[in-house]
Amino acid sequence: MLRLIGRRLLWSIPLLVLVPTFTFLMVALIPGDVARTLTGSSGTEAQYQQLRQTLGLDEPLHVRYWDWLQNAVQGDLGMSLFSQQPVTELLGSRLSVTFSLVIGSTLLAALIGVAFGIAAALRPGRSGKVVDAVSLVGLAIPNFFLGLLLVAWFAVAVPLFPATGYVDPQDSPLEWLRSIVLPVVTLAVPGVAVVAKQTRDAMGDTLERPFIRTLRACGVSRRSIVFKHALRSAAIPIVTVVGIIFVGALSGTVLVETVFAMPGLGGVAVQATAQHDVPLIQGVAVYFTVVVVLVNLFVDIVYGWLDPRVRVA
Amino acid sequence: MSALATPDAAAGAINGARGSFARRLLRRPVAIGAIAFLVLLTLACVLAPLIAPYDPKEQDLAAVLSGPTGDHLLGTDTLGRDVLSRLLHGGRRSLLSVLEGLAVVLAIGVPLGLLGGYLGGRSDRLLSRVAELLMAIPAIILVLVVLAVLPHNEDAAMVTFGVLGAPAVLRVVRGATLKLREELYVTAARVSGLSHARIVLRHILPRVIGPVIVQASIFAAYALLFETGLAYLGLTADPTTPTWGGMVAEASTVMQQQVWLLFPAGVLIAVTIMAFGLLGDAVRDAAVATEAPGRRRRAVAAAPDGVGEAAAADERPDALLRVRDLSVVLERGGAEVPIVDRVSFDVMPGETLGLVGESGCGKSVSALALLRLLPSGMRVVEGEISWQGENVRRYGDRAFDALRGSTFAYVSQEPQASLDPTFTIGSQLVEVVRNHERCSRAAAKERALELLRLVEIPAPERIARSHAHELSGGMAQRIAIALALAGRPRLLIADEPTTALDVTVQAEILALLRRLQEETGMAIVLITHNWGVVADICDRTVVMYAGQVVERCAVQEMFDRPLHPYTLGLLESHPSLATARGALPSMAGRVPAPGDWPAGCRFAPRCRYARAECEAAPVPARTVEPDRVSRCVRVEQVFPVAEEVGRR
Repeated sequence: MLRLIGRRLLWSIPLLVLVPTFTFLMVALIPGDVARTLTGSSGTEAQYQQLRQTLGLDEPLHVRYWDWLQNAVQGDLGMSLFSQQPVTELLGSRLSVTFSLVIGSTLLAALIGVAFGIAAALRPGRSGKVVDAVSLVGLAIPNFFLGLLLVAWFAVAVPLFPATGYVDPQDSPLEWLRSIVLPVVTLAVPGVAVVAKQTRDAMGDTLERPFIRTLRACGVSRRSIVFKHALRSAAIPIVTVVGIIFVGALSGTVLVETVFAMPGLGGVAVQATAQHDVPLIQGVAVYFTVVVVLVNLFVDIVYGWLDPRVRVA
Repeated sequence: MSALATPDAAAGAINGARGSFARRLLRRPVAIGAIAFLVLLTLACVLAPLIAPYDPKEQDLAAVLSGPTGDHLLGTDTLGRDVLSRLLHGGRRSLLSVLEGLAVVLAIGVPLGLLGGYLGGRSDRLLSRVAELLMAIPAIILVLVVLAVLPHNEDAAMVTFGVLGAPAVLRVVRGATLKLREELYVTAARVSGLSHARIVLRHILPRVIGPVIVQASIFAAYALLFETGLAYLGLTADPTTPTWGGMVAEASTVMQQQVWLLFPAGVLIAVTIMAFGLLGDAVRDAAVATEAPGRRRRAVAAAPDGVGEAAAADERPDALLRVRDLSVVLERGGAEVPIVDRVSFDVMPGETLGLVGESGCGKSVSALALLRLLPSGMRVVEGEISWQGENVRRYGDRAFDALRGSTFAYVSQEPQASLDPTFTIGSQLVEVVRNHERCSRAAAKERALELLRLVEIPAPERIARSHAHELSGGMAQRIAIALALAGRPRLLIADEPTTALDVTVQAEILALLRRLQEETGMAIVLITHNWGVVADICDRTVVMYAGQVVERCAVQEMFDRPLHPYTLGLLESHPSLATARGALPSMAGRVPAPGDWPAGCRFAPRCRYARAECEAAPVPARTVEPDRVSRCVRVEQVFPVAEEVGRR
């Protein structure tokens, strides 16, 4: 099991190097001058030259890349151009917001999706069509539109939840919960559809396997067969999909945090883009990649826990 | 839009490019609807300057935020601009962006996918690895990096999105190409000297178009979702240009005054995405249908053939299990195909009954029907299953569940697959034990170890901690038997319990079953096609052919003197029992599949004694001698009492 984790960690190194390199090269090679963009048409030539120097644009590419990578490995992602704060400091304070939303929505989507999926697997036919229809709509509604609809209905028309803003759980756990309900639901909707479909298919396959027949022939209760034995064997594809929807929800925060004016990574990413704050947006890209790597690692560990055969593989 | 969730599913749609494919696609109302919607939408947007009722930037401050009216069918926005006109104009940019992204995705994904799948080897592995890496990155964040450097450059954003979307297409094309490459005719084309380029363009490309269209539809749905999201954030177009996403953003600022304004753009985006998704689904379904043209069988009615034998003369009043006229059908495409046809037999306490016949004769289905464990699609249509005189077919599911394990138990022919791979042997045994008797966990554990010792497992403590995949087949079968014995059953149904095992292990398992039977006094129904097993362990046999019982008698009598040509044929073709002289005789032909059963004697087409009378009418099972039942019309002629045909 430890070897499995170790090997997985090794595999994630290319990804961790690739994304920063990719973003770095994109910034460096894109036909466009960051400094020119930042100074804008109103800036003077002196301001432009000053900025070029701050950004290190006068150095050769490989020197800049090496410096940047060295600093990044040491946890220094540079300074935000706009606020003049270290990028890591700026982003670190916002992690809890994004994690509240992404973890909350993934759990919600997984729970509801698995419940729907099991129901559909046990009663094929009509409930299968319901899952299809729900997932069609759930995946097609843009999350920013859905978020606004929820605000219109549950914050404006019936003021159950705040329309925007985030409350720190340390200030008030209840208000924290109220503040994240609408964005969490918004992020969860497409995931519910995906998880329900995967669960239905995986459970359907598993329930046809010979060991289920053995357990039934031994008189094991239906509940234990469905929720203990079949669900555990069907869990591997479900966990895979849950990992995917976690990453999907992470991407979704870019829009949803903007809709709900939440001070998280996604919201910062949009601001940084609008303000051409290159070091900051690069920093967000690095943070996102690290989260993706950790989630994939977590998924692999769960595989090993679920299926004894994976542990030895 | 299931395709959005499982892009790989599209890989199945390989044969999409066949001639009738387009027609099949257009027979689906969903496909027609989606295509029609997308075509109309595109036309309307392209012709927007001509057909839009207003200039999209024309302000009418006298009519701000009006809902739908005669003048403004979809209302007006915060500056009194016509929403419909802005939608039509805004769609131009969105659809163009989708096209840009699509072009990039296809330009990268299709050639590289063809290359990887066709070449294979190291370049293929490298491509796959890079694709995997790119797919792990959340696309939006890299696009934001691009937009930070190239502000409001939507073309650059969509090209980046296309590059990051290409791996999904690449994987599907690669998978399809790989599969085609294995196919004979591509190999043949290569042998016949066609150039690689020609093979790829002429033979492979046309047949990967199906999956490519599926992927393109999925990508288009995502691209539109993405484009409208960027427009909503105000990162692409400048604020005066109408865009769908921008219109939603603008509407959100006046939600308190006029909720309506959210809907025209929001719903249009959702419906367009749905159309792309449904198109992808329809293409995939149509292509899959090309690949697997579901074999249609004529509906075969389970016509009563007057061969029931409810009052069979070998009836035993003290039977443990009494099966009468058990019939099972398979529901297939609205028709019911009979699988098991009025099977009757008794099982006496403590005896071993062999259920014999070739594969496909309905032995296993009969056994599963007894246990109410038929696979989905099959069901019992008639018959009686009585346990100690009580018809358990009338039991509800819950009451019947209580019989399993404690009254009937079951051992299957796939020892390893019949154990739950994810739980330890010990925990499975403990669960089953506690299912049957109320006891503490510790007591259940003790009983589990006792069961393991009972089935002669060496080192039971160690085995209890192991998983199914760590066991040999023989070991797994012992565990399966231990599980079956946990509820102290009165009847064990064993479906070819030794077929999957080595010969030496087979003998051990049979010896184990015999010993267990002596110790516990349980009855066994043993399904097998191995006469050695029958001779070794069975007291009586039921021979089945094409869903029917053809002969039923004591084992010794059957070996001495079979009274059905099928039994005789089976005996003769068994290596250890066949005559020493000459080649091993084997029966010509095969068991007819359910649904193709002859109207008369079902064995007649393969029977060397068959006459015209055999095929005339269904043959009933008859008691031909005390305790002997045979389903042969000519039994008196073929097997005269004096002549000892069977003794060789």
